[in-house]
This record gives sequence, C-alpha cells and structure tokens, in this order.
Amino acid sequence: MATKKRVNQGKSGKKIKGFAIQFMPYSEIKNLNSVDRIKKILEIVFSNSILLLQGRLKPEEETRLIEDTMAMIGYVKDFKGIELAVINPQEKGNALDRMKSNLVVRLSGTDLGAMTIIGPASIVREIKQDPRKIELFLNK
Amino acid sequence: MATKIKNFFKKIFSGFFNNRKDIKLGFYGPPNAGKTSLANRICKDFTGEEIGSVSKIPHETRNVQFKEKVEITYKGKSMTFKMVDTPGITTKVDYEEFLKYRVNKRDAKIRAKEATQGIIESIKWLDDMDVVAVVLDATENPYNQVNITIIGNLVARKIPVLIVANKADLRKANIKKIEESFPEYPVIGLSAKYGKNLDEFYDQIFKLAKKAK
Repeated sequence: MATKKRVNQGKSGKKIKGFAIQFMPYSEIKNLNSVDRIKKILEIVFSNSILLLQGRLKPEEETRLIEDTMAMIGYVKDFKGIELAVINPQEKGNALDRMKSNLVVRLSGTDLGAMTIIGPASIVREIKQDPRKIELFLNK
Repeated sequence: MATKIKNFFKKIFSGFFNNRKDIKLGFYGPPNAGKTSLANRICKDFTGEEIGSVSKIPHETRNVQFKEKVEITYKGKSMTFKMVDTPGITTKVDYEEFLKYRVNKRDAKIRAKEATQGIIESIKWLDDMDVVAVVLDATENPYNQVNITIIGNLVARKIPVLIVANKADLRKANIKKIEESFPEYPVIGLSAKYGKNLDEFYDQIFKLAKKAK
C-alpha cells in the first residue's frame, strides 16, 4: 500500500472512507487459475483500492473480469464497475529482440514490462491512455 | 489426419447440397458508437426491415439482436449473413448517468441492470462469430482498454476483424487516429446515419468472410 487519501464520492455526496493504491507483482497471481486471479483482483477493488498489477491479464481473463464486474453491479452496495487500463510500452526491435521478448513472456507467463491499472469506478472517474501514457482522473 | 479427411468431405458435400450456414456477422463496440444504426442500415437496404431501435441514451440495446438470412449483394457477388447486433461493452454502468436523459430513477435502475446483463451476453456471444465489425465512434478517443480487450479476444479466437470508424460525417471525427491506434487491422470510416461509404464496408466484409473459419 502506497497512499491513503480521503475523497468525496462525487454526485451522490457520500464520503468514501479512503482509498489505497496497491502494487502487486505478477508472481502473486502467477500460479492462480483465471477464476482465482479475477477473484483476487476484485477483492482488492471492492476494498476501495486502485490496483497496479505488474504485467497483464490474458485477453479472455480481461473479458472474464468485465463479466464478473457486471455481475457484481447491483449486488455489491455502491459498486458501479471498474476502470481498467493496460500500458504496454513495446519496443519495436529486430527479429532477435522480438524472439527474446517472446521467450521472456513464455517463461514468466506475462509481459513483465506491461502494467495493468484497475480501480473502482466510484474512485477512478476516467483513465485516458495512449500506447505510452496513462492518465488517471479521480472523482472529486 | 482423420479430422482433416472428415473436414475435406464435409466441405465437398456442403458445397454439393448448398448447405453452408449463414456467416455470422457480429457488431461489437462501446455503447453509443452506432452498432445498431449500422446494422439497421444494412438490414433495411437488403431486407426492408430494421434490427432494433436506436436512442441517444446509452445502452439502448440491452439484448443481443438477430436478423437471419440477410443476403448482401455487392458488385454482382452475393453472400448471406446472420446479423448479430450486440449491447455495447463497457466496464462500468451507473444508473445515475441515465437520469441526465430524463429517465426516472426506477427506470434508470432497471435499465442499468439490463445493461449489465446485456454486456455479459455480448461477451458470451464472442465465440460464435465468424466475422466481427468493431464499431467505434470516430469522435471519441479510440485507444481505450475495452476496445483493445474486444479486439484482443477476437484475435485470440482467430475471428477476422474490421474496425468501423462511425460518425465520419461529424466535424470532430478523426479516422486517422483510429488507424494509428490499430495499425494491424483494416479501418474504414463511414456514416451509418447517412449511409456514406458503405460500399467500402461491404468490400471489406466480403474479403473477411472468405477468411472466416
């Protein structure tokens, strides 16, 4: 946990008790199956934390995360969904560089140069991203 | 080897008996990008009927909608599609957003609940598509994670993708930005509302349909 801050929730006027920014190395979820990975991520989000995850989820895990998020809206009080972004500064190298990079991904299970940001929509209003930059806008 | 032989004969016989199933053409993308407007335009042109209603209020489409046997004829060629119009995919649904459109609180909450179920349904249907048109609003920033996730899933499933930059008639439309964001995929700019540049859409869809499994 890096930061704790008091914020308002916005339109509803309800105060959020606080939020944390939590960094998680990929090794924490590497040996979990997809269901448990999503469960672990959502548990962090439900605790009003913004998760910075090293690496990235597989495409089918990202859609599973969206499905599970949708299933939780209406069941978890004041939960309106998530904001999600991945920054992946891929270097356009030669064929040898790409081979090396693919080998690292195969060995580690993810692209360790990537970073995934997941936060509750009640705290994170918007994430603006381009291939090399992410801007996080929080609810006032 | 046995499977290859089986598939070979299946292909031959389906050709003989004209048994090829209709190509499932999916319309995916974020809410309010114009998926239903585009599907309506095509269905209206070739069947005389629309597929669903459109609205300025997000999440107007909250169920997957179909139109079977849509025979598209373009430059003397003809292909029959099953059109699949899906609810817009997003990572958050807040009923308070609908209140801005003068929807009452009760209806807004119902709409939000149906929207979340629709998103789950959209994702479940990904596996069944033969070709997908990812419809984006050309006036919005295309580089967001939902778009990347949808496209990533289609690629992982080996489903041919066409990116449609809709609302190209608007001054704020930036088709180049969409092309730059997704350089590996064909991008076409069009206006579903005014039916502009649909020829290029049909051209690309016919090409991609041939690549479909």
